[in-house]
Parts: sequence; C-alpha cells; structure tokens
Amino acid sequence: MTDFMHFDEMFGTGDTHRESYRDYHHWFESQDTAWLHRKSDEAETVFRRIGITFSVYGEEEASERLIPFDVVPRIISSREWSRLVRGIRQRVQAMNAFLYDVYHRQEIIRAGRVPVALIADNEAFLPQMIGVSPPGNVYTHIVGVDIIRTGENEFYVLEDNARTPSGVSYMLENREIMIQMFPELFARVNVQAVGNYPKNLQRSLGNCAPRSCEGTPVIAVLTPGIYNSAYFEHAFLAAQMGAELVEGHDLRVVDGRVAMRTTQGYAPIDVIYRRVDDDYLDPLNFNPQSLLGVPGMFDVYRAGGVTIANSPGTGIADDKAVYSYMPDIIQFYTGEKALLKNVPTWRCCEPDALRYVLDHLSELVVKEVHGSGGYGMLIGPTASNEERVAFRNKLEATPSKYIAQPTLSLSTTPILTKNGLDPRHVDLRVFVLVAPEEIHMTPGGLTRVALNKGSLVVNSSQGGGTKDTWVLEE
Amino acid sequence: MLGKTADGLFWMFRYLERNENTARLLDAGFRIALTRAAAAENEWASVLTTVGVKQAFLEKYERMETAHVIDFLLREQANPSSVMSVIQTARGNARRLRTALTRELWSATNECWLTLRELLARPVRERELPFVLSTIQQQNALLGGTLHGTMMRNDIFNFARLGTFLERADNTARILDVKYYLLLPSVSLVGSSLDNVQWETILRSVSAQRSYHRLHKGDVRPREIANFLMLDLRMPRSLAFCYSKIVDNLTYLAKDYGLRQSSIDQAETVFARLTDRSIDEIFESGLHEFIQDYIRDNNALGRQIEKDYRFYG
Repeated sequence: MTDFMHFDEMFGTGDTHRESYRDYHHWFESQDTAWLHRKSDEAETVFRRIGITFSVYGEEEASERLIPFDVVPRIISSREWSRLVRGIRQRVQAMNAFLYDVYHRQEIIRAGRVPVALIADNEAFLPQMIGVSPPGNVYTHIVGVDIIRTGENEFYVLEDNARTPSGVSYMLENREIMIQMFPELFARVNVQAVGNYPKNLQRSLGNCAPRSCEGTPVIAVLTPGIYNSAYFEHAFLAAQMGAELVEGHDLRVVDGRVAMRTTQGYAPIDVIYRRVDDDYLDPLNFNPQSLLGVPGMFDVYRAGGVTIANSPGTGIADDKAVYSYMPDIIQFYTGEKALLKNVPTWRCCEPDALRYVLDHLSELVVKEVHGSGGYGMLIGPTASNEERVAFRNKLEATPSKYIAQPTLSLSTTPILTKNGLDPRHVDLRVFVLVAPEEIHMTPGGLTRVALNKGSLVVNSSQGGGTKDTWVLEE
Repeated sequence: MLGKTADGLFWMFRYLERNENTARLLDAGFRIALTRAAAAENEWASVLTTVGVKQAFLEKYERMETAHVIDFLLREQANPSSVMSVIQTARGNARRLRTALTRELWSATNECWLTLRELLARPVRERELPFVLSTIQQQNALLGGTLHGTMMRNDIFNFARLGTFLERADNTARILDVKYYLLLPSVSLVGSSLDNVQWETILRSVSAQRSYHRLHKGDVRPREIANFLMLDLRMPRSLAFCYSKIVDNLTYLAKDYGLRQSSIDQAETVFARLTDRSIDEIFESGLHEFIQDYIRDNNALGRQIEKDYRFYG
C-alpha cells in the first residue's frame, strides 16, 4: 500500500493508518468501492453544472475545464495545523514589515542583510510605491503560502504568493461537494469549518479601508474579465461578499475617488480587491498600453482615497530570489528564527551557486525567478537530455533569472483509483488574510495533487487535481 | 447595480425569449411542411423573414428545404440568431453577471446550455425535431420558473423582465408584420381551407391555439385573431400585454431609484395606443403601418432604456 520512497500522510511509512486518518479510514474500509466511484462521477456532474471551471492560457474560450477532484480528503491534525499557523503568521508579518521597509528607509539593505541589487535590480520593485503607506501598513491583504511536507515533522514553505493568489474558491467548493456527497462523514469526523472565508475576507478588507472612509466600506472585486483563468473565482468571491464584480471599463476617477458606473450614476468605492496584475491597474501610472486599467486610480490610491488589495508592488516580497532570503528577512524584522523552513535554494546569480547548479542539473529543480504556474521550470531528474541542454544554455546566458532547489520528496496522500487507494504527491496552499490588528488563516486550504503516478507537478494546468483538506478539531 | 450588469441581464433575457420564439416558429412551420408540402417553401420564407435571417439563409442555400431551414435556425454557427448561437451568447452573459444571479438561476442557465449543446451537436433529423423543440421550450420554462422562484424582486429582476417583454413584443409584432395580409378583412376568403391553416399557424406560432379556441368556441376569424394578438390584455404574448408589463417594470424601477426617466413616458405612449382604440379603428387607419410603427417604437424604447440606465458609457 505504501510507497516507501515517500512519507504518506495516511499510512506514514508503515502499513497502518496514522492517527489523524483513523476515523476516515475506518469509514472508508466499510464502503463499497464501486459506490465511491459513482459518487466521484456525481461530484464531477455537479461541478460541471455549477460551472466551476478554469480556462487554460493560450486556448480558446470554449476550453473551460474542470479541475479533477479526488474524493479522498487530505487530513491534518489540529496539532500540525497550529504549528503551521504559528510559522505562517510569523512569515506574513515579516513580509509586510519588509515591504514597508523596502518602500521607505530600506534599513535591511543598510544593515547589509540583503544585497542592494536584490531590490534595485528587481523588476518586481515598483518605484511608484516609494513612500506610500497603505492603511495599517498592510501591503499583502491576501496571501497564499504554499507548503510541502517531506516527513512526520518536516514542513517547508515552497513559495509565497503575495500578489493575487488564487484557488480559495476551490477550497470552498470542494468542502461544499464533500458535504453533499458524504454527509454522514461529517457527523463522524469533527472537521473545522472553512465556510466563513468570504465573511472573513470582507471583514478583513473592510478593516483596511481608507482612514477617511465613513460607514460600511464599499468593496468591489476587480477582474480582468471572463477570459481570465480564475474568472470563476472572482465572480464567486464577489457574490459571496455581496460586492460588485467590476472590470476596468466600469470604473473611473470621479471627484478624487474611484467610482463604478451604476444604473444610477457613478458610486464611489472604498476597497478594491483587485485580481489584475500591477501592470494593468492604471495606464497613466503603469503600463500605458493597458486597456484594462483605470486612468488615475493610482493617484487616488497614493492620496489615500481608496485601498487597493493587495497593494501594488508586493511582488518584491514573493519573487524566488527574495524567497531565498526569507529566513534572514524574518530574523531581521521579528528578531526570531524562522519557525517554518525554506527549501534550500541556490541563487544562480552567484558564481559558486551557478557552478554547482550546472554540475548537478539532473538532481535539481530549476525555476525562473519571476515564473509561476509550473511554467518555465526544469525538473532535473525527469527531464530529457535535450531539455537539460536547453536549460544549461539559458542558465549560462542569464543566470540571474534562475534559482535552483533540490528535488524534495513531497509527501503523498492516497487518491481513489480503479484499484482502490493509491498514493499521489500533494502540496498545500494556505490562505492568509491580513488586517491591521489581525492575521487570519482558514483551517486547511487547497490541497493540490499530482494525479499522474510518481509526478511531482501539482499545477492544474499540468495534470493536477484537488482534494478537500480537513483540519481536525482538537 | 452596475450599468454593465443591467445591460447583461436585459440582453440575456432577450436572447432566452428569442430562442423560445424560434422554437415556436419552427414548430408551426414544420407542421405546414408536413401537411402541405406545396405551401412549405412559402411558409419557411416567412419564418426566415420573421426571424430576420432570410438574406443570410439564401447566401448559403439556394432553396428553402426543410432540412436546411431546420439546421440554419437551430445549429448554424454563422447565424447569430440560431438557437445554438443564442444560448451560447445568453450563457456568456450569465457568466459575466454571475454575481447578480442566484446560484439556482446560474445553474439552470448553465444546464440549459449544456443540454442544448449536446442535443444540437449533430444535425437534427426531422423525426427528432418535435423532441428537440419541446426540450428547448422545457429548458426555457425551467429558467423562467427559477427566475420567479429564486430571484429577489429588485432592479435586477426588473431589467431581466424588461428584456423578456421587449423581445416578446418584437417577436409577436414581427409575426404580425409578415402575416398581416392574411388578417385583412378585404382579401380574406373566409372559410377557404388554406386560410384556416394559415390562421391556425399564426396562433400556433404564439402558443395561442388553445386559449383562442376557448375564447371563441372554435370560430376562427382574422379580425378576432388580430384583436387577440394585439390588444387582448389576457394573452401573455399580445402587444398590449407586453407593454403593460414593460410599463410596470419601468414604474418599479422609477420607484426603486426615486427617479422617473424618459423611457417610461415612451412606454406609456406606446401602451396608450394599444388601449385607446379598437381593432376596427386600427384596421381603418392601416394595420401594416400600425405594426411597423410599433416595431420602430419598441426598438427606440430599447435604446432609451440603455441610455437612462447607463448600460454602456
């Protein structure tokens, strides 16, 4: 049953289930596999009917796809969860302190803890943000922290997503479908609820409204539109918060405020939860070619007339070069050692590191500093010779665009297959809400699973699926 | 609510209404094609004219063969008024304005699209047509029921209804516009069997056969048909009924927003023309002109609503 190469979250390294899976496993053993498969098909039908789809980049509109959903939950004990919470909270605090510092006095550079080039030469650094202090000095209102596990007590942060992280709607819909398909399970196992996320998001965003805002803050979700791969999520979150879902052409600057065109004229907005990139926010201040943005919106932002969540320029906190300094960054701002480990990272801009990486290409994972979504990376152990040669050339041409990491043996969790349970590699995206006085994490998050046997790539665009993630009550 | 959302709702419901109408016209046309082969081409020509796609059809096909007409009206991708194109567009609108719809209404729309996509994946054979048409109507009825059963009666609802009734008013008026000559007293050869079929077809294309016969005890007369389709406020597809609803919905909006826009004056003017005169007076002053004015004013009202409620800029 167990893949001995990897830590399996249901069976550990042995043949008996781990404690956190006891009740579920017991239930599972008494189910008919054919019935579970029927339930699995049923779940897919429901997803299709509700239209929980994503579009794949570079394909036509017709290609709305479902992310495959596996009906076996991934279970995390409350002890494991509180450990993650402490580590992530510390990390996100440090991240916001770092952003404030980077856009103000840059003490961390003066102290020599990170090289000046890390900021000055980084395309994610946004000079327009220099001197801007958003309400409560919160820059990253919504963060997605990607966690991987390699053993009973081994958790790593694989990646921070501090720009416009997505996936939270799948977390919510996955739970919804599990309760619909297997109601009796939730009577048997005490699982912490996730359904409050939209309410918490609304409160958290509201608490970051401009200081001048009176009454209930007006929140709007800004989407690039229906062709965006995460459009479903934008609509979903807006609907759940009772907020308007707007596009750039619905907005305009009116009397020093950002306002949306309603059937009764222009109505001002206090908080914009934007799901468009910095570049497309405001053609006057950023990319002048953009048709998506709102001319002058950034000026209103600088003057404190509107909150933009996340703030422009947060990319400087989550690119992969900065990632490698996170332990130092946490130490510098909190005075504590990082509670959660970073994956060891070679920065290819450093000659010694580059040499090591080139010598060990077949063992390493090489990633673009600014890449995401599993694109533009090399997985050394499974890559072909040609791919490795191609990457070697790229690395030698522009080493500073890359980092490399060891190939970690991600933990596995079983999925339901034709032959019963079979382990597959998983990761976990934890969703963090940041307000001036409060950092909130929804218990669980989005478990992504590499459905192909042995694969380590969990991205939905490349054969990944999702699972419901349970954090048990104490 | 956003102007864009009002626009999307208005058109989503116009489109859904349009599909229902196309299904009905096909049903009535198909009946003639089956029973009166000689009259089939004429009937298909008027169906295509009513839907406004005769020109486009003739660019693709030389003759009005039943199979081609069915395919063009149900599945043709190049025909923006085909049932498939229309449900595609309506569902696209629904996706854009998901936040304004209840979960149930969104699912019903999505399911309607999924069902029709499957149903119309291949050419529809004549013997399957009745089933396909009734499925289209059923899916639409589900949507209508879900709208009524789950949506709040607020501005969102009113914009949806305005779309439905403006489109329906246009559809009924177009049927009358194409067939008006059959209803003129001067040229009718009362009692000829072809006329009877034609009149039944008109009634059938607005789903009014049963109710008309109930009212008139089987006595089919052109004057009564015209009256029924134009002025009878009990008939849910009559010109007058549509405008009583349009005036209602615009009045609700005015109350809700505390602002009376000029679209409501336009709608009341059209409505008055349908209530302040008898069908004989309309015949006297010219049936065809009356219908053409109505179609023109109905279009103008649509444009005024767009302006009043900031659908675009």
